[in-house]
Amino acid sequence: MAQLGAACLVLALAVCAYGIGASLYGVRKGRPEFSESGRRSVYALAGILTVAFAVLEVAFLRNDFSFNTVADTSSLTTPTFYKAAAVWSSQEGSLLLWAWLLSLWSSLVLFLTRKRLRDVSAYATAILLGFGAFFISLMVFYATPFATTNPAPADGVGLDPLLRHPSMMIHPPMLYSGYTLCIVPLAFGMGALLARKVDADWIRAIRRFALAAWLFLGIGIMLGARWSYAELGWGGYWGWDAVENASLMPWLTGTAFLHSLMIQEKRGMLKVWNVSLVLATGTLAIMGTFLVRSGVLSSIHAFGGATLGVPFVTLIGVLILCSIYLVSSRRDMLRSEHRLDSLLSRESIFLANNLVLVGLCFVIFWGTYFPLISEALTGHESSVGPPWFDRYTVPLALVLVLLSGIGPVIAWRRATLSNARRNFVIPLAFGAITLVALLATGVSAGKPLAIAMFCCAAFVFGSISQEYWRGVRVRRASSGEPAPLALMALVKRNRRRYGGYIVHIGMAVLFVGVAASSSFQHASELSLSPGQSTKVGAYTVRYVHPTATITSKEDAAHTGSTLSLGAVLDVTKGGHHVATLRPSEGFYDSGDPTQGSVGHLIGGQAVSHVSMDAGVTRDVWSAIAPDIDTPRLKRVIEIGNKTIPFVRPDEGTIAVAVMAREYMKSPPPAQFHLIVSPLVMWIWIGGLIVFGGGLIAMWPAPSAVRSRVSVRARNRAARDLARA
Amino acid sequence: MAVLITLVLLAAVIAVVSAPLLRRGTPEGTLPEDGAGDAVEVETPRHADLSAAREAKYREIRDAELDYKTGKLSQADYEAIDATLRAEALEILDQLEALEALSTRVSSAG
Repeated sequence: MAQLGAACLVLALAVCAYGIGASLYGVRKGRPEFSESGRRSVYALAGILTVAFAVLEVAFLRNDFSFNTVADTSSLTTPTFYKAAAVWSSQEGSLLLWAWLLSLWSSLVLFLTRKRLRDVSAYATAILLGFGAFFISLMVFYATPFATTNPAPADGVGLDPLLRHPSMMIHPPMLYSGYTLCIVPLAFGMGALLARKVDADWIRAIRRFALAAWLFLGIGIMLGARWSYAELGWGGYWGWDAVENASLMPWLTGTAFLHSLMIQEKRGMLKVWNVSLVLATGTLAIMGTFLVRSGVLSSIHAFGGATLGVPFVTLIGVLILCSIYLVSSRRDMLRSEHRLDSLLSRESIFLANNLVLVGLCFVIFWGTYFPLISEALTGHESSVGPPWFDRYTVPLALVLVLLSGIGPVIAWRRATLSNARRNFVIPLAFGAITLVALLATGVSAGKPLAIAMFCCAAFVFGSISQEYWRGVRVRRASSGEPAPLALMALVKRNRRRYGGYIVHIGMAVLFVGVAASSSFQHASELSLSPGQSTKVGAYTVRYVHPTATITSKEDAAHTGSTLSLGAVLDVTKGGHHVATLRPSEGFYDSGDPTQGSVGHLIGGQAVSHVSMDAGVTRDVWSAIAPDIDTPRLKRVIEIGNKTIPFVRPDEGTIAVAVMAREYMKSPPPAQFHLIVSPLVMWIWIGGLIVFGGGLIAMWPAPSAVRSRVSVRARNRAARDLARA
Repeated sequence: MAVLITLVLLAAVIAVVSAPLLRRGTPEGTLPEDGAGDAVEVETPRHADLSAAREAKYREIRDAELDYKTGKLSQADYEAIDATLRAEALEILDQLEALEALSTRVSSAG
C-alpha cells in the first residue's frame, strides 16, 4: 500500500497546484466558477490526505516494517495504544499530520465562508493551498512517509520511550491543530490585504477559527506541560525550553488578537495592528513547527532531524517579507475609522493588554532565539536559562492578570470616573482581604511576587464575581427567573462576554497554581537504601523495598520496557500514613547488536516513570534512578552476552530476569528525586476552566443557528428593533 | 489494488474539482441569471457580509445596554452611545434593503 500513499502525495501536490492557479485566475479575472473550483480543490486535498494518513496508520497498526518510518519508530513490543500515536513521532508522519490537519481545517473554514467574502476567500484558498503544497513537497522530495525497504526487517526499533505517555496520543494532534488553525487567520488576513477589503468582515469570518487555534494550542501546551511533569523526571511542568516557548509565542499573539479584533469589529480601529498580529501568529506557528522538526535549537521536545532547515527558513523568510510588503503597501486603507473616545475605556485596557502580551512574546522570542542570535553575532553559542525568563516574564504576567480583572468592569467607548470608582470597590476589597490574610498568617513571608500574584488573582475573582452577580441581577429584574436560570440565560445570550470572563478566572487560578508551586516548593535529590528515610518539607519519605519487573508485557507502566526497576516509598506526615508511591525506571531494547545479545535488551534509553500523590492542596512527587552499573549486575550481562546467541531472545530475557533477581536480592542505593509542591493541581484545574470558557465563547450564538426565515421579513423586524 | 484505488481517487478528485466549471448557470453565492426562485432568499457574498455586520451591530447595542444596566455607563453616555449605534445599524439595514431591491429588479428583468 506504500505505492498508494506515495501516489496520494503526488496527486495532492497536483491538486494544490491546480487549486492555487484556479483560485487566483478566478479572482483576478472575475470568474467565480474558477474560484469555486479552487475551493473544491481544498476539499479534494482533504480527502486525498485522509486516504494517505489512513494508509500510514494501518501500516503502523499492522506492524508493516517494510515502511521505513514504521521500522524506525515502532516495533512488535510497542503497545498498540502507542503504535497508533507513533505515526506522528516520526519526522515524515508529523509532516503528514500537519498537512492533513491543515487540509481539514481549511476545508471547514472555506465551507463555512462559501457564501461570503468572495474575493478574500479566493486569495485565502490560494494561500492555504500554498502552505499545503509546501508541506506536501517536503514529503515528496525530502522526507516521504511511504519509503520502503525490501526485504522488510523482522522488527522495528520501537517508539522513543519518552513518548510512551498517554498525553502523547493527543498532545501533538492538539498542538498541530493549533498551529494549522493559526494559518487560517493568516491566510484570510493576507487575502483581505490582497483583495483590498480590510474592513471587519474578514475578522468576523475567522474569529471563531482564531479562537479555535488559541484553544487547541492552549490544550496542546497544557498537555505538553502535563507530560513534562509526569514523564520527564525533572519535576517541573515548564522549563522555558525552546520548543515549549515556540508553542507559547503564537498563543500569546493569538490571545492579543482575540482581544484587539473586538476593537476593529466595534470601532473600525487597530486595522494595522490586527492584521500584523494574525500575520505574526501564523509565522510564529510555522517557526514553532520548524523548531520541533529541525532540531536547530536543543530541546527535550525536539524530535526531528536537521534536513528541513533550509526549506523552513526560506518559507519563514518569504512569509515575513510578504507580510511587511502587504501591510506597508496597504497602509492607506488600514487607517483607523475612529479614535479612542477616552483613556478610561475597555479599548484602552485591551490596548494595554495587547502591549503586555506582545511584550511577553518579545521577551520569550529573544530568550529562545538568543543562542542563534549570539552565535550569529559573536561566533559563540550561549543561552539564557529559566532565571532570565522569570526576571522579565513574572512582572509582565502580574500586570496581565491585573488587567484581566480591570477590563471587565470598564465600559466600551467611555466610562466615567465615578462609575469606575464604584465598580472597583469589590475587586479591590478582594485583593486587600487576601493581602491582609497572607500577611497575618505569614504563609507567604519573603515571597513578595507570590503575594502580589495571589492579590491580583483575588482582584480578578472579585471583578468577575461582581460582573456575574450584576448580570444575573439585571436578568432577574427583566425576566423574573430564578438565579440559576437567569445565570444560564445570561451566559447563553452573551457567550463571548461571559465565556471570556470564565477564561479570565481560569487564567487567575492557573497563575495562583504556578506562583504557589514555584515559590513554596520543597525538593530533595538524594541516594537512599531500602529502610532509609528522608524529610521533604513536612513529609517523611521512607524507601520500603525495591521492585523489578521483566518483559514488556509485565511492565507496570504499560510502556513496553524490557526491564523496570523501582521502589515502594511510604510517605507519612506527623507519623500518619499519607501515601504509598511506586516510582520506577524503564529500560528498553536498543536494537543495537553491538551491545550484545543481552545488553541490547536493556541498552536503550532509560525513562523515568514518575509516581505521585496529587491533591488539591499539594502534590508529593517522586522519581527514581536505580543504579544498574554495579559489578554484580554488569557481570550477569557480560556472561549473558557471551553465552546466549542473538537468535534466542527468550534466553536473553531469562538473563534479564536473573539480573532483576540479583537487584532485588541485594539492591544498591538508588537515586531519588522527591518534591512537595503546593497547589500544582490548580494549574490543571485552571487550564480546564480556561478551555471551558473558551468553548462557551466559541459556541455559535443562538442568532447564528436559528432557522432561516425570509431575509426581507428579518430585516423589517430588525429595523423595528433598532428603532425601538 | 493500489493502482485501482488511485484511479478511483483521481476520478473523484476530477469530478469534485471540475463540477463548478461544468455546471450550467452560476456557482453558489451569486444571483441566478434565469430569475427562477425568490431572489430575496438568495444570499450573495455582499448580502452575507452585510448580514454579519448587522448581527455584530445588534450585539454592540446589547453590549452597551448590558454595560449601562450593570452600572458601567452613566445614563448620558449610554444614551449617546445607543443613539450612535442605532444610527449605524439603520445604515446597514438601508444597504441591505437597497441590495435586496436591486436583486429583485435583476430577477424581474431576467
